Amino acid sequence: MNAPDTGYNFAYLDEQTKRMIRRAILKAVAVPGYQVPFAGREMPLPYGWGTGGIQVTAAVIGADDTLKVIDQGADDTTNAVSIRRFFQRTAGVATTTETEKATLIQTRHRIPEARLGEHQILVYQVPIPEPLRWMEARESETRKMHALAEYGVMHVRLYEDIAHMGRIVKSYDYPVRVNGRYIMAPSPIPKFDNPKMDRMPALQLFGAGREKRIYAVPPYTRVESLDFEDHPFEIQTWSEGCALCGATDSYLDEVVTDDRGGRMMVCSDTDHCDKRRAAGHSGPMAAPYGETPR
Amino acid sequence: MIPFPSRDQTPAPNIPAPGFADPVRDAQRCFRRLLAALSYPGRPQEIGDLLPRGPEPLYSSTAALCLTLFDVDTPVWLEPGLDTPEVRQFLSFHCGCPIAAHPGEAAFALLPVAAAERLAAFHVGTPEYPDRAATLLIQTPSVTGGAPVAATGPGIPERQDFAVAGANGGFWSRRAAVDAAFPCGLDIVFVDPRQIVGLPRGVHAIGEDA
Repeated sequence: MNAPDTGYNFAYLDEQTKRMIRRAILKAVAVPGYQVPFAGREMPLPYGWGTGGIQVTAAVIGADDTLKVIDQGADDTTNAVSIRRFFQRTAGVATTTETEKATLIQTRHRIPEARLGEHQILVYQVPIPEPLRWMEARESETRKMHALAEYGVMHVRLYEDIAHMGRIVKSYDYPVRVNGRYIMAPSPIPKFDNPKMDRMPALQLFGAGREKRIYAVPPYTRVESLDFEDHPFEIQTWSEGCALCGATDSYLDEVVTDDRGGRMMVCSDTDHCDKRRAAGHSGPMAAPYGETPR
Repeated sequence: MIPFPSRDQTPAPNIPAPGFADPVRDAQRCFRRLLAALSYPGRPQEIGDLLPRGPEPLYSSTAALCLTLFDVDTPVWLEPGLDTPEVRQFLSFHCGCPIAAHPGEAAFALLPVAAAERLAAFHVGTPEYPDRAATLLIQTPSVTGGAPVAATGPGIPERQDFAVAGANGGFWSRRAAVDAAFPCGLDIVFVDPRQIVGLPRGVHAIGEDA
């Protein structure tokens, strides 16, 4: 499986492109939360499928890396499987589904539940990198707003939620302030994951292919979710645990099980759930671990 | 008739110093260590094993960084102490990078540590485009053998001490003056023959000025 395709350069991109992306990544690390424009290439998959994340991964990955790819926490969904195969074929790298064993993790819309360490790099796929875009459509204006740290409009946006609904209803892509300076879109991760970004020991890189932006949060960097004194930031909670592993501290997905209203809540992070079940934890709907359900 | 050169001829003096043995693999390795250096400021990263030698007076480690970062899109400033025919030939042969006529035009600059007073000459970016600031590669005899400097900021859990030899003479106060305009500022990589230490603009470093 690890025999890479010949005919492509290592990790698909040519060296000139990798150098350009690498320079953008270094500037992104130097100015935490600032979106660095880069000459994004056409990739052999459509925009919206992680073209930005793939280009960042391709510029960073080496033959001795172990790659994990997740889509909404799962290693076995279409997007994750195809991107993992892409790098198996073009770079011949080892892959894993275990968070702890990965040195490079590309993610669509989740941060793994396991705490990441200094030996790891997390690469996010980003659809819309500009957090102010829904309030201000003009790039020339949002650029000026970032330059002047003029972020009042974002607080007004959150305040309007409170005025209309009594609370901030934004539940994913919840805006953050990085190192006390730039307001940044964390990509559409649930706000449940926002606290994990704060002072994370691993380097976090963000790639937006359609919008051609790269940005970064260096390790151990302050990441605060925007809020108000009387409406502090809160993460999602659930009244029940995971139906399979019983976890009460992980992000849960709702899965419809039949057409009579049946449903179950399960861990979004499949590796986290699997590890817990292997360790003997079990939820109300779990088959004994290791037995294939019929 | 022009005689064909015989095989045992000694190599012409204008053959440039060699590049990476495996350009794809070695550039990636060099980049990852540079990325680690800038992600964890003040922590030395090993980089001396990637090239056998560089063009005089560049260290092999400095030359490896040049091969990893420079190409036709990056004007490079050579500070007089490092501007030799060997270096120019190496850069034009392997990287194809333009040599900047003025420090303010450069995307990258190669400096000896003694040229610290030149900091103000480089482009620090603009508030709209802080990414257009220059990156300085500063050669020093040792990134671990100088006066202690305490750094705090992104990439550092509490406080990181490091000790770059030769970085005194007002270097730290000059750097602080340049970086007061954050997000504008200069990103610095100190290079010794074996190791590098990264110092991005947002990191506060308090050193003892000699």
